[in-house]
Amino acid sequence: MNKLSAAPSGVTGATLAKDLRLEWRSKDALNSMLFFSLLVVVVFSFSFDPNAEESRQIAGGLVWVAFLFAAVVALNQTWARELPNQVLDAYRVSPAPANSLFMAKALGNFILVAVLEILMTPLFIMFYKLRALGPAWQLIPIAALGTWALVVNGTFFAAISLRTRSREIMLPLLLFPVSIPALLAMVNATTAILTGELSAKFWIVLLTTYDVVFTIACLLLFELVLNAE
Amino acid sequence: MNFLYAAYAATWIIHIVYLSTLVRRYQRLSREIDELKKK
Amino acid sequence: MKMKRMFPILGLLTAVLLSYALYEALVVAPTEQTMGNVQRIFYYHVPSAWTAFLLFCINFVCSIQYLVRSNPVADKLTNWTVLAIAIASCIAAFVIRPLPEGIEPSSVATTGLAICGLYFLIKKCFSRTRTDALAVVTAEVGVVFCTVVLVTGPLWARPVWGIWWTWDVRLTSTLVLWLIYISYLMLRRFSSSGQTPVLAAALAIFGALDVPLVYFSIWIFRTQHPQPVVGGGGSIDPVMLHILLINWLAFLCFAGLVCWSRYRLEILQREVEETQALEAMLEPRGSR
Repeated sequence: MNKLSAAPSGVTGATLAKDLRLEWRSKDALNSMLFFSLLVVVVFSFSFDPNAEESRQIAGGLVWVAFLFAAVVALNQTWARELPNQVLDAYRVSPAPANSLFMAKALGNFILVAVLEILMTPLFIMFYKLRALGPAWQLIPIAALGTWALVVNGTFFAAISLRTRSREIMLPLLLFPVSIPALLAMVNATTAILTGELSAKFWIVLLTTYDVVFTIACLLLFELVLNAE
Repeated sequence: MNFLYAAYAATWIIHIVYLSTLVRRYQRLSREIDELKKK
Repeated sequence: MKMKRMFPILGLLTAVLLSYALYEALVVAPTEQTMGNVQRIFYYHVPSAWTAFLLFCINFVCSIQYLVRSNPVADKLTNWTVLAIAIASCIAAFVIRPLPEGIEPSSVATTGLAICGLYFLIKKCFSRTRTDALAVVTAEVGVVFCTVVLVTGPLWARPVWGIWWTWDVRLTSTLVLWLIYISYLMLRRFSSSGQTPVLAAALAIFGALDVPLVYFSIWIFRTQHPQPVVGGGGSIDPVMLHILLINWLAFLCFAGLVCWSRYRLEILQREVEETQALEAMLEPRGSR
């Protein structure tokens, strides 16, 4: 802990390292998310049982809905961990900038959800017999940008819902409406790549714009949210 | 034509429902004010 | 107290105006060629939409003010920024070519000036806490009007295009706006901290950032996959325009009165809560 300086990158790095270490030791969130995602994949695959042709049309939507639900499970426990032992109050009082804390949490969530996506993708490919007809490498920036879009807003709204009753349901209620443009972009981009019919370039640009706009908004407003009682 | 009347009716039903919730809240509030005045 | 007495008179005037507007819409307005009488829904659907957008605009301005007025430096900075936006929108309206379809230069300039004018007007007339009360009020009444839009829209679409819903620009943006403000109201309801106004204001700003993005993304999406576009834009019969504006005026007066009642309710409620809290503090600790 004596590596902790008040410099932003130092704080972010240290907080991120702490969160990842905690997670690796208990593997609470990771286990529950993995199992939940597996259940989601199985339920989806017998609810919608398309042939290879149809599956390419709908898989984009299905995959991202499944990732969205899994992300919500991760996001819900983000701040809850800081409540016992008044850890959150300690952060508020410390000279560390609020933004560093936010970036650390957001990056931690990003890593968690990204790991989950890497583990779930082979399952989806298997269940839906997926094969990308378009440039498959583009799926990586789409996944990265899309996950960041969900995670950055999700971390912010998780902090807001911390002080509400029914905290767990409040997060999706706040997150889903605001995420609609990003979801639209993610789903359409993935479908465009899988079916190979259209270019995903515009959707990638839209996702990038969304990410930039909302990352800036979160960083500007997070201090207020953290200090809100 | 039925859709036309349905749309106009729906508009006013929605407004009337909202206004009645306002009226109910006013009544509850004036009851609370009376209780406070008694103290 | 003069205001209180004016309320019934204004209420009566509004009722008369609304009845007159209804008469104009149902009887006087010419029947549309292709759509027939169902088109008259237009006279309720469009004014409700404009009113809802105006109310959400006011909410957005109030949210920014609430956040910014706590800090004098931020306050001054925002004043200058708003002024800059007002001037920029006037210039941009006539400089940027071509504009997206259906948008006129004069409306861009007017909207920019109106929102900035609204900012300074609200700043002058309302204290910081009252700005927050106004934010709650406009959010609630805005949701009511938005619900009207989302109900009358499909009721119009079904007989004309045979479908209840389509994911076109306007309907989807309106749905997203409605969802965002419902989540805003839920946050207000479920949040128990004293800093609820700050959190809600942050959410309102997110919503305001989101809606243009939604509009833009779906507009591009639609031009890639042409679908039946909801009517509007393009020329309108002057008689119809006149009746549309009368209905809008009537609904604006109605919205104004509803907001005013809700505002008084909100202020009264806050006073009662403060008094109750004070009573609880001053009560003798006999029960301990």
